[in-house]
Amino acid sequence: MAGIPHDQYEPTTGAEKWVHRRIPILGLLYDTLMIPTPKNLNWMWIWGIVLTFTLLLQIITGIVLVMHYTPHVDLAFGSVEHIMRNVNGGWALRYIHANGASLFFIAVYAHIFRNLYYGSYKAPREITWVIGIVIYLLMMGTAFMGYVLPWGQMSFWGATVITGLFGAIPFVGEGLQTWLLGGPAVDNATLTRFFSLHYLMPFLILGLTIVHIWSFHSTGNNNPTGVEVRRTSKEEAKRDTLPFWPYFVIKDAFALAVILLVFFAVVGFMPNYLGHPDNYIEANALATPAHIVPEWYFLPFYAILRAFTADVWIVIAANWITGGIVDAKFFGVVAMFGAIVAMALAPWLDTSSVRSGRYRPMFKWFFLVLVIDFFALMWLGAMPAEEPWASLSLIASTYWFAYFLVVLPLLGVFEKPLARPATIEEAYANEHGGSTGGGSGKATAATPAE
Amino acid sequence: MLSKLTTALAALVIGSSAAIAAGDYETQITDYAFPFEGPFGTYDQNQLQRGLKVYTEICSACHGLKFVPIRTLSDAGGPEFSEDQVKAYAELIEVYKLDEETGEYDYFQASVTDHFPANNSVGAPDLSLMAKARAGFHGPVNLGINQLVKGMGGPEYIASLLTGYTGEEKEEAGTILYENTAFPGGWISMAPVIEDGWIDFDDGADNSQDAIATDVAAFLMWTAEPKLAARKQMGLTAVIMLAVLSVLLYFTNKRIWAPVKGNKDD
Repeated sequence: MAGIPHDQYEPTTGAEKWVHRRIPILGLLYDTLMIPTPKNLNWMWIWGIVLTFTLLLQIITGIVLVMHYTPHVDLAFGSVEHIMRNVNGGWALRYIHANGASLFFIAVYAHIFRNLYYGSYKAPREITWVIGIVIYLLMMGTAFMGYVLPWGQMSFWGATVITGLFGAIPFVGEGLQTWLLGGPAVDNATLTRFFSLHYLMPFLILGLTIVHIWSFHSTGNNNPTGVEVRRTSKEEAKRDTLPFWPYFVIKDAFALAVILLVFFAVVGFMPNYLGHPDNYIEANALATPAHIVPEWYFLPFYAILRAFTADVWIVIAANWITGGIVDAKFFGVVAMFGAIVAMALAPWLDTSSVRSGRYRPMFKWFFLVLVIDFFALMWLGAMPAEEPWASLSLIASTYWFAYFLVVLPLLGVFEKPLARPATIEEAYANEHGGSTGGGSGKATAATPAE
Repeated sequence: MLSKLTTALAALVIGSSAAIAAGDYETQITDYAFPFEGPFGTYDQNQLQRGLKVYTEICSACHGLKFVPIRTLSDAGGPEFSEDQVKAYAELIEVYKLDEETGEYDYFQASVTDHFPANNSVGAPDLSLMAKARAGFHGPVNLGINQLVKGMGGPEYIASLLTGYTGEEKEEAGTILYENTAFPGGWISMAPVIEDGWIDFDDGADNSQDAIATDVAAFLMWTAEPKLAARKQMGLTAVIMLAVLSVLLYFTNKRIWAPVKGNKDD
């Protein structure tokens, strides 16, 4: 197997030798646990473990919830209340599962923006990046369908609005929407298929997660300097890296404990803060809620969806060129998915030879604006579709596309990068005073904002 | 683009509050103090018992509580009636259910394992989850800060609604609507149902309009969230244990990394 040169697994006891001769599973575990990891990873490299943990948390709580849930339009809402009132610890399971979705998205956004800043998507990690984006899309699908299952008002109307997006696709849209819903409108057939898929997709995510981890275990982790680990010899590689166990396992475990502390404070003391009150009203096809708002983690892309209204010149142009086939609704759908596709294409759009944003003086500012832009879109997605929010949404959406389609390609040409350290060992020594002593007693790691 | 930006920003500064309020009637929600607020707050058993009385004598005429099993009235962390009291209460209630012998549905005296009856006689909403299905507090500008500080405001909304009638009435399409300062839109079809002294509590507690309204709002918070006490207990235990674990892992991590970072004196 390719990868950073390191000590191979040698079975020592008789039992280990017996297993190893038949299946190299112990070697696989050893290689995974002891994988050489760049020793300069900062606290933004903890999110992968948080995400893996959260995936397992969601699968385990979800499997138990399914034991008590009934996917039927007349019974679903009541069965959730049965879980909340009659099932031992059911309220805890459901609140952990519902808030777990939010933890999942907080972690995935931190993880994605870490990659965008440190250029982790660049060669040779493009496939890792694209798999990650596919996982993110599956997560959105899973979360959306999961939100439909309690069969509250926001479940029903959110499902109506979002599946309506597919109806906006020219020619095939209407048929596609009917096929997705299993009928002309959101009903029992929709609920049962969403339930089935909500159970299936986490396991697809789990499978892709294994491929995701496998792929970066071949290329090695990126790191805050963006300088690759030396692979010329085992000795040099050792000076750039530390084994995953115990150094990063303990570090990640500490970070996870702190994050779970906050998570359980939310579950214990304000479990409905991130939810919508309307979802405690049973679904009613005859009463539309005053404001249909998606969950917070969809808001940035929901804002992009709504930004391209019929009076925007690019929408008018697209409409005119296609002879009316592309209308504002379809344009919005394309923009929303396009925003994620543009992000997926970052490895090929970014022309800079320098990987880490740390050594890119102009990039830093554009990246900072992108982060602000993301939060602005999130906020605007929850605002009513009227001025001034509509114009602000359009500006913020434009920046999102401009960052990937214009800024990343051009910066590589115009920007003069700063000097980079030759090796990780050198960068680490500069930061911590070297492994030969003279430590300042300061044990803080580099912060990502640096 | 630039002019649009300037216009948008100007509008944002000048008219943001107006723009947001445009869609909604300016409702007034009083931030009543409830004993179950905050990380350590729990239900006041006496208040819940009074609230049940208000519900039974007034609300249940039009509303139901179809998700709430009657037996939970004796659960820990709730009104904590004795089992005999709950049995006696159930005997006063009629529920529409299946007669296992004749195989027909009819009205029967409730047993403690039945739920409170649903009541859709005049189209009034079920109250089981009302305290979680309404948010009294919003904003500012959709940032969720008020809900973080004051809570979601469900029980506050209910109490404010019950005390928010101005006395104005109007007729619309054959229905009489009553002006209410807590109700979105300002006009509600529910008539005022609580006034000073309309209920006499057995323990002689305050029976002013405000007191009756907060008692029943507290009771409805319990029907919506019966496991609140257990939930906060779990939250506190989890936070304490994770805090200890975090501290241990912090020092373990520091110790492991000390030689790497060159802090040999650690």
